[in-house]
Amino acid sequence: MLIRIAFFAAAAVLSAAAFAQDAAKPSDPQIAHIAYTAGQIDIASAELARSKATNKDVKAFADDMIRDHKAVNEKALALVKKLGVTPEDNDISRSLTKQSEAKLAELKGLQGPAFDKAYAASEVAYHKQVNAALKDTLIPAAQNPELKSLLQTGLKIFEGHEQHAEMVAKELK
Amino acid sequence: MTWRRLAAGVALAAGAACAGAALGAADPLHRVEIKDVGFAPPVIRVRVGEAVEWTNNDPVAHTATASDGSWEVDLQPGESGRREMQKAGTFGYLCRYHPNMTGTIVVAP
Ligand SMILES: [Cu+2]
Repeated sequence: MLIRIAFFAAAAVLSAAAFAQDAAKPSDPQIAHIAYTAGQIDIASAELARSKATNKDVKAFADDMIRDHKAVNEKALALVKKLGVTPEDNDISRSLTKQSEAKLAELKGLQGPAFDKAYAASEVAYHKQVNAALKDTLIPAAQNPELKSLLQTGLKIFEGHEQHAEMVAKELK
Repeated sequence: MTWRRLAAGVALAAGAACAGAALGAADPLHRVEIKDVGFAPPVIRVRVGEAVEWTNNDPVAHTATASDGSWEVDLQPGESGRREMQKAGTFGYLCRYHPNMTGTIVVAP
């Protein structure tokens, strides 16, 4: 319950704290791991939405998330392979994963329009959180120019997702 | 095919400004690049019978879809697709996957 409240009431605050805690800048192998993990998390919630959502715009949005995050993560995997980098698990990745497990548990308990609304709202919050992390932490810390460039492209795509999620969330009100 | 090329040549000779012309004098295509989830240029001017070609330089798939749903060009990452403009007027289009991506085609008679 505590985790649930924390996620829904203060996701932004919590995540800001989680990212700030890592005072030392994340390394490229850690950044690659964080970016990949963030994508996988959104794919997992989109797959849940694809099976549970009732609203057609919410379903289409979930399809968009799966298509885009898979494509970006494939690109990320190809890049780390090319660079000979092994993604490295870290506190930020772990806190994102923990947070997403709580979110998925919450969403699984909801049905119909309540699910659609909660999913859309959590997608807005999640993309805000990840985009802020990319902008303020991951992109500035990235050393390899190709990694930095992929993160920048990812940010543009995910900013589009954030706006799209806001549109969908607004329609459901 | 020939008439279209001829028409394009005439248009170019007449000094019709278009992005395609800047890329190659004999190029009848009007090119739009997709990069960072946006259409560049966002407004493109063509003549009836000329084509617009979109090239997707993003790692994700996009579409160019008429706002009225009358046509759609599927654009996988790294690929190009084109559409010949058959009617004069000003037409809006968007990406069906990223509805905040929008563009305009102005088709002169
Ligand atoms: Cu798109």
